[in-house]
Amino acid sequence: MTDTSTMSREAGKGDESMAGLEGFEKDQLKGFLKEMLLYRRFEEKAEEAYAIGKIGGFCHLHIGQEAVALGFIGPLRQDDYVITAYRDHTQALAKGVDPNGVMAELYGRDSGSARGKGGSMHIFDVEKGFMGGHGIVGAQVPLAAGLGFAIKYREEDRVCVCFMGDAAVNQGAFHEALNMAAIWKLPVLFVVENNEYGMGTAFSRVSALPVKERAAGLGVPAHHVNAQDILATWTLVEELLEKIRAGEGPQYVDARTYRFKGHSMSDPVSGTYRSKDEVESKVKQEDPISLLRDRLFDAEFLTEDELEEMDREVRAVVDEAAEFAEEAPFPAREELYNHVYSEVNEHGRLFFDGRDREGED
Amino acid sequence: MQTITYREALNQALDEEMERDDTVFLMGEEVAEYDGAYKVSKGLLEKFGDRRVVDSPIAELGFAGLGVGAAMGGLRPVIEFMTFNFSILALDQVINSAAKTFYMTGGQIPVPMVFRGPTGAALQLSAQHSQACETWYVHAPGIKLVTPGTPADAKGLLKAAIRDNDPVAFMEGELLYNVKGEVPDVDDGDFVIPLGKADVKREGSDVSIITHGKMVHVALQAAKKLEKDGVDAEVLDLRSLRPLDVEAILATVHKTNRVVYLEEGWPYAGIGAQIAATIQEEAFDYLDAPILRVTQADVPMPYAKNLEQMAKPDADRVVRACNRVLYRNGSAD
Ligand SMILES: Cc1ncc(C[n+]2csc(CCOP(=O)(O)OP(=O)(O)O)c2C)c(N)n1
Ligand SMILES: [Mg+2]
Repeated sequence: MTDTSTMSREAGKGDESMAGLEGFEKDQLKGFLKEMLLYRRFEEKAEEAYAIGKIGGFCHLHIGQEAVALGFIGPLRQDDYVITAYRDHTQALAKGVDPNGVMAELYGRDSGSARGKGGSMHIFDVEKGFMGGHGIVGAQVPLAAGLGFAIKYREEDRVCVCFMGDAAVNQGAFHEALNMAAIWKLPVLFVVENNEYGMGTAFSRVSALPVKERAAGLGVPAHHVNAQDILATWTLVEELLEKIRAGEGPQYVDARTYRFKGHSMSDPVSGTYRSKDEVESKVKQEDPISLLRDRLFDAEFLTEDELEEMDREVRAVVDEAAEFAEEAPFPAREELYNHVYSEVNEHGRLFFDGRDREGED
Repeated sequence: MQTITYREALNQALDEEMERDDTVFLMGEEVAEYDGAYKVSKGLLEKFGDRRVVDSPIAELGFAGLGVGAAMGGLRPVIEFMTFNFSILALDQVINSAAKTFYMTGGQIPVPMVFRGPTGAALQLSAQHSQACETWYVHAPGIKLVTPGTPADAKGLLKAAIRDNDPVAFMEGELLYNVKGEVPDVDDGDFVIPLGKADVKREGSDVSIITHGKMVHVALQAAKKLEKDGVDAEVLDLRSLRPLDVEAILATVHKTNRVVYLEEGWPYAGIGAQIAATIQEEAFDYLDAPILRVTQADVPMPYAKNLEQMAKPDADRVVRACNRVLYRNGSAD
C-alpha cells in the first residue's frame, strides 16, 4: 500500500509551484486531491482483495492514471455519458457510481452495480450515465458514436466521453467510428489513455505515428495533454466540452499517462517490455497524486495533518465498500436466466439447454 | 515418450514446422517479444527472428486478413488469436475470405493457413471473454476445425493443420496449457495426427460420451464416477469437428446404443446438434434412447462465481445425462 507520507517528494520538484494553480479555488484543488486519493485507495483495496481470492477473473487497475479519470469526468454533468474499456473502476467512481456497488461487482455479488453479472471489466450504472466497462479492445468506440448519435437525434444537451487505451487506435472500429462522428458532428470527446503500452507491447512498435496524429485525416480536432497533471487536463477538458456543447462536433485527446501496475492482476509490473527502472522512475516523478499534493504544499494550500485526515476519510469509504461487498449476497440461482432477454415472448421457446425441463435448475 | 505440457507440445509443433518449412510464419498479439500471452511461442522469436515471428497491433480483422492474403501469396501463415473471443472481430476475413477463396476462384487459389488460440471459458472472465467459438467456425464450408484435448493431440494435429492446404481453425484451451501428457519423443521422427480421425479415449460398452476439446477431461471424470456406479462408459474424442470422423461415431453408437454429447458451448445449433442429426440419419435403428446433450447453460457467461459454476457443464451433469439415457437412477442423483 502506498503511504501518503512516503509518496515521492521529488515529484514536481523544481516545478512551477504556484503556476497553473490560478483559475482553481483552494477547496476545489483539495477536492481533486481527495478524489484521486479515493481512486488510489480503492484500487489498492481491490488489489488486496484479488490477492486473497475475493475477486476473480481479469482485474485491471488504474493506479497511476487517476488524473485521467478525474480530469475527463470531473467536469461533466450528471447526465453526460461516459463509456470506456475494461480498466474501468475509477472511471465509474469518478462518474458518481457508488463505491459499494463497484466493489460488490468486483466481488461478484448481487448488490454489485451490474448485479454480479459483469465483474471488474463490466461496471455499468445507467442512472449515472456510466455506460460501461467493455472487454473487446476498441469495441466501445463505435458505441460512443452511437450514444452521440442518440444525443443529437433527440436534441439533448449532453456529451459522451469515450475512453480507450492507446492500443485501441489500431482497431478498424476506431477509424470507422471517428469518421462517422466527424461527418455527423456527433457530441463525443474521444480520449486515448496513452499509457505507452498495450499489455507487453510499446505503442511505438505498433504505430508509425504518435497517438495524437492517428486521428488526423479523419477530421476530428486532435489535442495532447500531460494527463499526469490534473490541472492541465481539467482546463483542456472544460475548453473542449464547451466546443462540443456548442455543436462543433467531436474532439480527440492524446492523454499521456502511465500504468504503475501490471496490465492486469495476472501480469508482471515490469519485464522484457519495460524495465523496473523505467517503472520506478515514472512512479517517482509522474504520480498524479504526489504531483498535485506537492503543488498544494508549496502553495501552502494543504498541511500534513489535512492530508492525513483526507486519507483517513477515503480509506473509511473504501473499507466500507469492502465490508459491504463481503457481506453482500451472491446472486440467487434464478439470476442465471434473468436478463438474457428483456422480454419473454408469449409464444416460442427462448432457451435450449433443457435444464428448466430437467427440473434441476 | 516424453511427458510435456500441452503448451510445450504446441511449441514443439510450431518449432518443428517452422524449421521444416520456411513459408511458415507466426503472427499475432504478443507472440514475439512477450513469448505469447500464454507463452506458447516461447523462444521462437529468438530462434527464427522477427521475419517469422511477428508481433501484430491489436487489429484482429486486419491481421487475420493479412494472413489470408499472405496465404494467397504463397506463405503458410499461423495466425494466433490471443483468444478466439477476439476472433469474432475477424470473422469476416475468416468466413468471407479464407473459407471461400479456393471455391470462388474455381480452385485457382488455395488458402493454406491456421488460425489458432484458446477457445472457451477459463475462470470468471465474464461474458465477452468466455465463449466457445466452435460453432461460428464449423458452420462455414471451406474451413476446417480442430480441437485437441491432450498434449499429444495438440502436437500431432497442429503439425497436420499447418501442412493442410486449407484454412484450419485450431482451438486450444486456456485451462489446458498446463495439462501434462505423454507425447512421442522428438527423435522418434515426425509425429503427425491426420485431421478427421477421432480417438476413443476410454473404451466402454454401456453408454457413449462423445465430446471434443477440453471437455474430454470432464467426460473422463464422468466416466470414472459412472464406473463406481457399475456403468461402463465409452469416451469418444472427436478431435476434428470438420472433417468429422462419422465412422467412429457410428461405431460407438453401434456398440453402446446410447449417446450423450458433451460440449462447452451453447446448445442452439451447437456441435451436439449436428452430431445428433448425423446419428439419427445414419444409425437411427441402433439408438435405445434419445441423444442427450450437456452444454453450457443457454446464457452469456455470468461473472459471479456461483452463477458461473452453474452455467458450465460439469461431470455431475454428464453422469445424470448418462443415467437418463440408460433409464436408471444413478447413485449420484
Ligand atoms: C479485440 C481484443 N483483442 C485482444 C484483447 C486482449 N487484450 C486486452 S487488453 C489488451 C491491451 C490493450 O492495451 P491498451 O488499449 O493500450 O489499453 P491499456 O490496457 O493500456 O489500458 C489486449 C491485447 C482484447 N480484450 N480485445
Ligand atoms: Mg495502453
